[in-house]
Amino acid sequence: MKINRRLFMGGAAAGAAATTLSAPMVHAAGHGKPKVVVIGGGAGGATAARYIAKDSKGEIEVTLVEPTRSYYTCFFSNLYMAGFRELGSIAHSYGKLAAEYGINVVHDWAVGIDREARTVSLAGGGTLSYDRLVLSPGIDFIDGAVEGWDISHQNAMPHAYKAGSQSELLKAQVEAMPEGGTFAMVAPPNPFRCPPGPYERISMIAHILKDKNPTAKIIIADPKPKFSKMALFQEGWGKHYDGMIDWVGPDFGGDNVSVNPHDMTLTIDGEVTKVDVCNVIPAMKAGKICDMAGITDGNWAPVNPHTMQSRVDENIHVLGDASSQGDMPKSGFAANSQAKVAAMAVRSALTGSKLFPAKFTNTCWSLIDTDDGVKVGASYEATDEKIAKVDGFISQTGEDAELRKATYEESIGWYAGITSDMFG
Amino acid sequence: MGRIRNAAIGLVIAICAATPSFSNEIGSAEDGETLWKECKSCHAIGEGAKNRVGPHLNGIFGRRAGAEDGFKYSNGLTRMGKDGLIWEFDLLDRYIENPKAFASDTRMSYRGLKDEQKRADLLAFLRRYSDNPGDIPEAAPTVAGTDHSVDPTILAIQGDPEYGAYLSSECTSCHQLSGENDGIPGIVGWPAEDFVIAMHAYKDKFRPHPVMQMMAGRLSNDEIAALAAYFEALDS
Repeated sequence: MKINRRLFMGGAAAGAAATTLSAPMVHAAGHGKPKVVVIGGGAGGATAARYIAKDSKGEIEVTLVEPTRSYYTCFFSNLYMAGFRELGSIAHSYGKLAAEYGINVVHDWAVGIDREARTVSLAGGGTLSYDRLVLSPGIDFIDGAVEGWDISHQNAMPHAYKAGSQSELLKAQVEAMPEGGTFAMVAPPNPFRCPPGPYERISMIAHILKDKNPTAKIIIADPKPKFSKMALFQEGWGKHYDGMIDWVGPDFGGDNVSVNPHDMTLTIDGEVTKVDVCNVIPAMKAGKICDMAGITDGNWAPVNPHTMQSRVDENIHVLGDASSQGDMPKSGFAANSQAKVAAMAVRSALTGSKLFPAKFTNTCWSLIDTDDGVKVGASYEATDEKIAKVDGFISQTGEDAELRKATYEESIGWYAGITSDMFG
Repeated sequence: MGRIRNAAIGLVIAICAATPSFSNEIGSAEDGETLWKECKSCHAIGEGAKNRVGPHLNGIFGRRAGAEDGFKYSNGLTRMGKDGLIWEFDLLDRYIENPKAFASDTRMSYRGLKDEQKRADLLAFLRRYSDNPGDIPEAAPTVAGTDHSVDPTILAIQGDPEYGAYLSSECTSCHQLSGENDGIPGIVGWPAEDFVIAMHAYKDKFRPHPVMQMMAGRLSNDEIAALAAYFEALDS
């Protein structure tokens, strides 16, 4: 509390803008309401902040820390690349969460967590204290995962696995490819964010190239022998983009890959190929704030499936991609689902509201070509050991065009649904 | 060839009135013809029948829901058709029993026919105008008795809206609280009884759609009642 007050005074001295930003924190500290800090404003964090604020009806002070003012959803960013969506349509601001739900939205980076003192320090110099902390930072890339590539090469060889400027860059590079050129993707090993994501992206890139550059080629170097919705994608690629896509699995060296961002080459099992665009999606780990908090085991942060509480610190809940929870895939839908379980647990701990049994769901839609949508999904329950799959379904190969179109239309409805569930 | 001949026989039978072999199976087509008078103000059936306020009903058995060319259906029935709903005896029976519970936005403004025998009679009449009527209802893989109404003790359960509010967070990942109806139907303000009947229809896999069958499949009777109570109380 002292620290907050001192920082607030410093902020006030620095300028009026800082005063506005800091004022709610001081107010909270002065009134002794339970405080929740949420780090990360994506599908997990925004949903958790909104549900805690909404359902506690002002009994809990919620602060959301998110560096960007305009958040681009990773889901549907592939559709943007193929021209099915405008970039603006996948951008969201935090105005409603602040104005309608009373959430203190702080656009800053969290750079440290003191678990003893229960404080979060911000890059801008502020400190936030919490009773419960919700971490939903998404993913970071593992250094050295793809030989020859590090994050400093993301302009020459974009990952486009955090949406926004990277998506724009990759789209522009694909559109500027020379006639008959080569697009390459280095696909990531498991587990990673959005399991069908790389393959939906390949479909969307192929959709652009079929139209603008039909003699172009696509190579995917993949360390995995199988991938999500594999039969559906392969059927779709044969049907819509016959002969354009060359998937190189581990049997043919897809797991032995290096890149050279200066020469724009991809080397698979010693064989060097000159490429025009190279989309490198490296192996992933939990967003680095989890490491800073000391709650990771290996690359991810293990959680208690009943509440999404960290196995290391019960005052911290970890959501979405960053968590290690069991059977759920790392998806926006899953993070949104986990956020509601965590929000209920946080409210129960801080205000004594009812605690109901945890239930989780996930559905992932992917677009293969115009009006050719597919989906996979499952329901889950919490066991003491992990989040365990209960039941599931997947689109079938050979489905008729009407059903595929309905599935795509359903995904558009879902996008509208989940984004209003996240941002109000 | 066989289909054409059967259809021709069907037409002859229709003209000559019902034969006992049909009426013994599901109901009396003659009694159904009397009930049909209530349907006739909107639907046509028989030779040369055209779409009117409602679609014509020739060949309704085995037809995909919401799929008759030139008729504008509700989003709900169109969606069910795309999801693979083919009209068979059991499904028609459920639909006629309570159309709005089956497809909440159906344009058919008909309150439903609660009497099981009357439904059987009406369907016996309608089936005369469909191909291969002898295969119905035996062809339907889901035949499980003819009483499809949800057990009154289930309908009588008072849902806990607070539990419903928590459970509803699973629904709102897709269904918008604004009631927006694009791609995914709105569910706010839906009468609780219709909600319960619809969810049990998914649970029993009568309503098509893999996501909803999965979601409903693991909800208990109390949980369905809780959700129904919660959504009924919301304004769209």
